[in-house]
Amino acid sequence: MHPFTYVAPRTLDEAVAVLEQHGERARPFAGGTDVLVQLRGGRFDLDAIVDLKGVPEATALDLNGSLRIGAAVPCYRIYEDSAVAAAFPGLIDAASLIGGIQIQSRASLGGNLCNASPSADGICPLIVHSTVAVVQGPQGERRLPVEEFCTAPGANVLGRGELLVALEVPAPEKGFGAAYQRFIPRNEMDIAVAGVASALTLSEDRATIASGRIALAAVGPTPLFAAKASAFLAGKPATPETFAEAGEIASTEAAPIGDMRGTAEHRIELVKVLTRRTLAIALERAQSNR
Amino acid sequence: MTTTADRPAQEFKVVGSRPIRHDGVDKVLGRAQYGADLKLPGLIHGAVLRSPYAHAVIKRVDVSRAEAATGVFAAITGDDMPVTAPKMVDMVEEVTNLKWSSQRVMAHGKAVYRGHPVAAVAAVDQNTALEALKLIEVEYEPLQAVISLEDAMKPDAVIIHDDLEGDHLGEKVSPTNVAEHTRTEFGDPEAAFAEAAHVIERTYTIARAHQGYIEPHSSTAFWSPDDKLTVWTTTQAPFGVRSNVATVLKLPLSDVRVVPMEIGGGFGGKIGLYMEPLAAMLSRKSGRPVKMTMDRKSVFDATGPGPGGQVTAKIGVDKDGKIVAATADIRYMAGAYPGSSISAATAGIFACYKVPNVRIDAYDVVINMSKTAAYRAPGTPQATFASESLISELCETIGMDPMEFHLLNAAEEGTRRPDGPVFPRIGNVACMEAIRDSDHFKSDLGESSDGKLRGRGLATGYWNGGGNRSSVTISVNDDGVVSLVEGNPDIGGTRTTIAMQAAEVFGLPAHDVHPTVVDTDSVGYNDLTAGSRTTYASGQAAIEAAKQVVEEIKKRMAMIWETEPENVEFEASVFQNKVAPDQRLTFKEAAGKLGQTGGPVSKTGTVNVRGSGGGSFAAHLVDVEVDQETGKVQILRYTAAQDAGKAVHPSYVEGQFQGGAAQGIGWALNEEYYTSPDGVMQNSSFLDYRMPTALDLPMIDAIVVEVPNTNHPFGVRGIGETSIVPPAPAVGNAIADAIGTRLYQTPMNPSRIMEALANKRNGKNGH
Repeated sequence: MHPFTYVAPRTLDEAVAVLEQHGERARPFAGGTDVLVQLRGGRFDLDAIVDLKGVPEATALDLNGSLRIGAAVPCYRIYEDSAVAAAFPGLIDAASLIGGIQIQSRASLGGNLCNASPSADGICPLIVHSTVAVVQGPQGERRLPVEEFCTAPGANVLGRGELLVALEVPAPEKGFGAAYQRFIPRNEMDIAVAGVASALTLSEDRATIASGRIALAAVGPTPLFAAKASAFLAGKPATPETFAEAGEIASTEAAPIGDMRGTAEHRIELVKVLTRRTLAIALERAQSNR
Repeated sequence: MTTTADRPAQEFKVVGSRPIRHDGVDKVLGRAQYGADLKLPGLIHGAVLRSPYAHAVIKRVDVSRAEAATGVFAAITGDDMPVTAPKMVDMVEEVTNLKWSSQRVMAHGKAVYRGHPVAAVAAVDQNTALEALKLIEVEYEPLQAVISLEDAMKPDAVIIHDDLEGDHLGEKVSPTNVAEHTRTEFGDPEAAFAEAAHVIERTYTIARAHQGYIEPHSSTAFWSPDDKLTVWTTTQAPFGVRSNVATVLKLPLSDVRVVPMEIGGGFGGKIGLYMEPLAAMLSRKSGRPVKMTMDRKSVFDATGPGPGGQVTAKIGVDKDGKIVAATADIRYMAGAYPGSSISAATAGIFACYKVPNVRIDAYDVVINMSKTAAYRAPGTPQATFASESLISELCETIGMDPMEFHLLNAAEEGTRRPDGPVFPRIGNVACMEAIRDSDHFKSDLGESSDGKLRGRGLATGYWNGGGNRSSVTISVNDDGVVSLVEGNPDIGGTRTTIAMQAAEVFGLPAHDVHPTVVDTDSVGYNDLTAGSRTTYASGQAAIEAAKQVVEEIKKRMAMIWETEPENVEFEASVFQNKVAPDQRLTFKEAAGKLGQTGGPVSKTGTVNVRGSGGGSFAAHLVDVEVDQETGKVQILRYTAAQDAGKAVHPSYVEGQFQGGAAQGIGWALNEEYYTSPDGVMQNSSFLDYRMPTALDLPMIDAIVVEVPNTNHPFGVRGIGETSIVPPAPAVGNAIADAIGTRLYQTPMNPSRIMEALANKRNGKNGH
């Protein structure tokens, strides 16, 4: 391993300055559950890691109707906060699933997003929650929808000197429900063969879907927002038939490869099944969210 | 040899109890010293540069920049290893070509598997060593990698070793990638098939599966200026490492001392040499002790999994379901050098049955992947996946209950095993009956609440077990506690099971025998901890040593009581003068009087246990639930019955049954080397290799069957390996029962189950 410097800035400006100075030879560091493993595995070398855990904006978890998750907030803080857990069960599905207990004590949803793995469990639930990524850089702050954040396997939109500060999740409307499920051959400690997050908002009649969002993991080069399947849901009755059809449409938006984790054909089938299953859970949650 | 077969059951005081293991406290507190825990003054750290290609000519290796780097003490390449001429030698665990044994640990001129060591460095710390590897220049000329049976065996195959002379049914053949073709024949299978009421034949493919021990290999060596070499290593075979290191490095045997470290799992995979000779050569160059520890990726890439391969099996039965003939064609991929346990596969494939007419062909085929190693009942789970899956399908076809089929055809005492030996008293039928009488067998499968499919599978398995050479020394302390010195690294609780057998002779509590595993200079020769032999054979050495101690103490007591030694009896831990019965001393009291009666008592028991370990049979029953929408299989319930002869420590016996079942379930469901066409393993991490975790397994019920082994004074059988034999076919049979179609390939992972279900919908079957 190439020797690197550990930097622990106290402010966003300091963090941006260090990152700008080193460019690609530095990376922000939260839990380190991806970066350290990749460094040790020789995937890349760094001159500096920039620990964000001393930066207040990156470590705050604020619930005020909407939810702001600092980029370095570990998963356990999200699911152990009972108010957050009650309001965002669709996010908890992912936060309580990533790695195991030890990993969840370190790993952050922000890090999960920046790592930009196609199979990330954390990103699809953020997408269906219409989450906005808050980015700080030398030119100041910019904001973008999370579905635009990842650009390729392991690559994201962050430019020189930029870092992810926080994730802003809008307050759930009345009648909103979301869920995430992944398929793994084992029962723990595994990477998704495919994953689906679904969200829907019920109309006043509580039987019709006003709007819906579906996002797919591990079936494309990045986590995918399934635009057609999402659009399809609007105005449809919240029934198993609708969910099954949404699954069929979502499967046409998936572009999986076959690899050691599963065949492309299997992944297509899983998108259909998991879309149905997550929409059913989202509906249950929507119905109890009055 | 004492026999127990015709005597009433023996009564035991210690054997059969469940004392806390002697090494338990050290392990629980983290004090046990595993390979990588070793610290020595002046210790430096080695690292290995491994070939990125599965097959390549190495045109040039230049380590000069690495050697010159700050903090680097030494670098070696194939040129630094002693030159070894081609010569067949007995390397304890295998008969092999000496040149290959040397080349396997360090490539010389050619890399023949991905991960093949090409150079190594030693530096002040591990990171410096790893960075120095980047300074080594290697010029490769990649060759086409041979990674399938088909490519290796075709007429115009790329040849991996020009100097491999194949033995094909006794004929010498060269060039070839088929190192060996053997045939076992008895009776006239073709004639019997012609008259059979029903004949079934299928071909099965089995994936390579790694032993998956948690502790990676770690070896340390110090080459002293007087040319004496000490090796500290994590191994199942300290004496094997001693002779193999001496052979490869051209040192006199007794100039090598091997210190076995505590071992974090082996399962057969820690028998051969890996880094020991490299650490030795780096130490020789640097004058320092050198430690080398693999990372997980290297363990997967460059150490032996069990072989994968292809098995075609055929069985014919008469109208009553009685087997009239069976044949098999077994083809195993040995990896880059020959030696893939085809003989054990031949012995095991039909061992559970009476087969009057049989022919078994077996092929040992080299391919461009790491040399396979022993893995728990080597070669047998693969072959048994074929035979037990085939029998399940046969039973389905002829409408016969598998339990009935097994009991009708089961091998028993006097049955000729298909490859020749005649079974002594065995527990094959007893295990099947234990399953038949189990609560699990009698209970129904239950219904899944959410439309998932359930199924039940049954399979049997066999492993012969070994005997061979062991040496144990027992010394009596003044306080009546005895120390027991042994040479078998403890991988299954064998310190305790060996100590308990000595304790039984003395009538002492298990904890009054203190067992220690020592280095090769400190105990007589011991064969390796493998082959289910340690409790069985080293236990006999301990019994032998204990008996000698008792005889010696009888002489001492005779001196004190002024009588003849034959007048002194020893029973229930008491020495007594049968002429003057009030003259009696307990073992502990007697121990305090040894100093005055001739000095310390210390005795060595040595054995060379010939022939069979008695054979341990097993029957496994499993319930599964299959999600037909995702292909996921959940193991709902699992029961393993196996013959232990006499369980010395029942908890460890149960643990072996459970551990083997857990590993076999891994083979069945998810474990495989997922390899690119150029021979590079894609899933070389525990994350993607997918061994079962605790959450993937139910509590495995273990039924300990005890049919005494006539070859052991207490009736003990070696039991460590059989438990991995039945699980893959048992799980496969359960899946077939659940989904109504069959898979002919391991692993039966979710993608393959979905494919099988799709084929079934389209009216296709998988064979």
